[in-house]
Amino acid sequence: MEANTRSTGRLPAAFLTPGSSSFMDFLSEHQPEMLPGRRQLPPVQGVIEAPHGTTIVAVTFPGGVVLAGDRRATMGNMIAQRDIEKVFPADEYSAVGIAGTAGLAVEMVKLFQLELEHFEKVEGATLSLEGKANRLSTMIRSNLGMAMQGLAVVPLFAGYDVDREKGRIFSYDVTGGRSEEHGYAATGSGSIFARGAMKKLYSSDLTEEQATTLVIQALYDAADDDSATGGPDVARRIYPIVTVITEEGFRRLTEEESAEIARAILERRLTQPDGPRAALL
Amino acid sequence: MSTPFYVSPQQAMADRAEYARKGIARGRSLVVLQYADGIVFVGENPSRALHKFSEIYDRIGFAAAGKYNEYENLRIGGVRYADLRGYTYDRDDVTARGLANVYAQTLGTIFSSAAEKPYEVELVVAEVGETPDGDQIYRLPHDGSIVDEHGSVAVGGNAEQISSYLDQRHQDGMSLAEALKLAVQSLSREPNGGEREIPAERLEVAILDRTRPQQRKFKRIVGRQLARLLEEGGASTATEAEDPEDDE
Repeated sequence: MEANTRSTGRLPAAFLTPGSSSFMDFLSEHQPEMLPGRRQLPPVQGVIEAPHGTTIVAVTFPGGVVLAGDRRATMGNMIAQRDIEKVFPADEYSAVGIAGTAGLAVEMVKLFQLELEHFEKVEGATLSLEGKANRLSTMIRSNLGMAMQGLAVVPLFAGYDVDREKGRIFSYDVTGGRSEEHGYAATGSGSIFARGAMKKLYSSDLTEEQATTLVIQALYDAADDDSATGGPDVARRIYPIVTVITEEGFRRLTEEESAEIARAILERRLTQPDGPRAALL
Repeated sequence: MSTPFYVSPQQAMADRAEYARKGIARGRSLVVLQYADGIVFVGENPSRALHKFSEIYDRIGFAAAGKYNEYENLRIGGVRYADLRGYTYDRDDVTARGLANVYAQTLGTIFSSAAEKPYEVELVVAEVGETPDGDQIYRLPHDGSIVDEHGSVAVGGNAEQISSYLDQRHQDGMSLAEALKLAVQSLSREPNGGEREIPAERLEVAILDRTRPQQRKFKRIVGRQLARLLEEGGASTATEAEDPEDDE
């Protein structure tokens, strides 16, 4: 019967059945095998070797939030890719940066973007920022089986909350645990070093320009001490991806803008390798 | 025992078509026009929340006349179809032609199945291209036929009269304000030859704008922007009640 309705070219019954506004719910009803979390992995000995993305940082400033990521993907001790993109717009007012298994993470982002867009089109209204953050939480939780086998995805979600009129950051753990971060946050292997840098440089009254400089400083420090994080690659002209989300919506800094900040930082580091200093007291 | 009446297939189909057409004619008509930078959807709709036009996918828009619950059902089916297809393959693989075919099959099956009542809807599926030549507009009447339209199209009760009005006056390369003015003029025509005024608050306007930097080209035009465009086009709608715009 089901096969029959499909062969006529008519929309299958599931498409015309009233249901929720969630694309993931629709997929799990209609084609559950397409959901990333439903995949069965065979028992694996040891860790699966797959490219991993590393450091993502985010900083809020009055009026918005900045989310940035380095460009390196590693597989064991090898550099798998030098120009990977790990920061994506989720919708008009939010963005997601991913650390962890690159293949799965990129797929998760694609599904997440679609989930938000689908809801918006069906309902004619967007989800609240809180709602978006919770939806991402559910998706990470559904990946727990794979995370246990070493294929973890740990995103950082940032957005402009239109209702509260400010930028907000949410971080996650592999079990889908969600927590809102205040001021600044980082995830991935270089995150400890990035967080240290941001702790010293952050203040609550940054301008947008200062915030974008801050995230690149933090990524530089992460790359400095974490072999899996890539610094600005001047020779190949590969610079961090920096995105800004404000009342105006999502904006990704152009290659030139990002390069200019990165080069200014590099210039300073030639004389001061450890970067800006904080006062002792 | 009573014998069931014999109804010839021709008669049965004619009855069903008439039933659907009457249902569609109860609602107001709407028009879809090409303009220089895209495609504009214009209709009379007193509701701010229950839309006649909506976004299906990046470059694809949807317009419907007739029974709300039926076209809303088809609209959501279309969004699901487009999103699933884009997720399975690529965003570029979602096309208005594909969507129009699926709608045509769906409407056609419903129309000719004796077990279901025919849908009282008439749809338009439009896709904006990189250039005006790439624009596609498909009209889908209640019986599942499919018509490839160019320039302008009207659907709904008074569609024939509005269509012929538009056909005579629509030109390629009109500005948005001009196209909007023409659309409003065509919708203001009464079947008996008279004219009436459609206040700006009762207009629903949306565009597929190829110049939009975003991947998603669909945009609703509301409030001040709509008032400004109507003024620019010099449309004869009741905009005089609006406070004078200070955006010069």
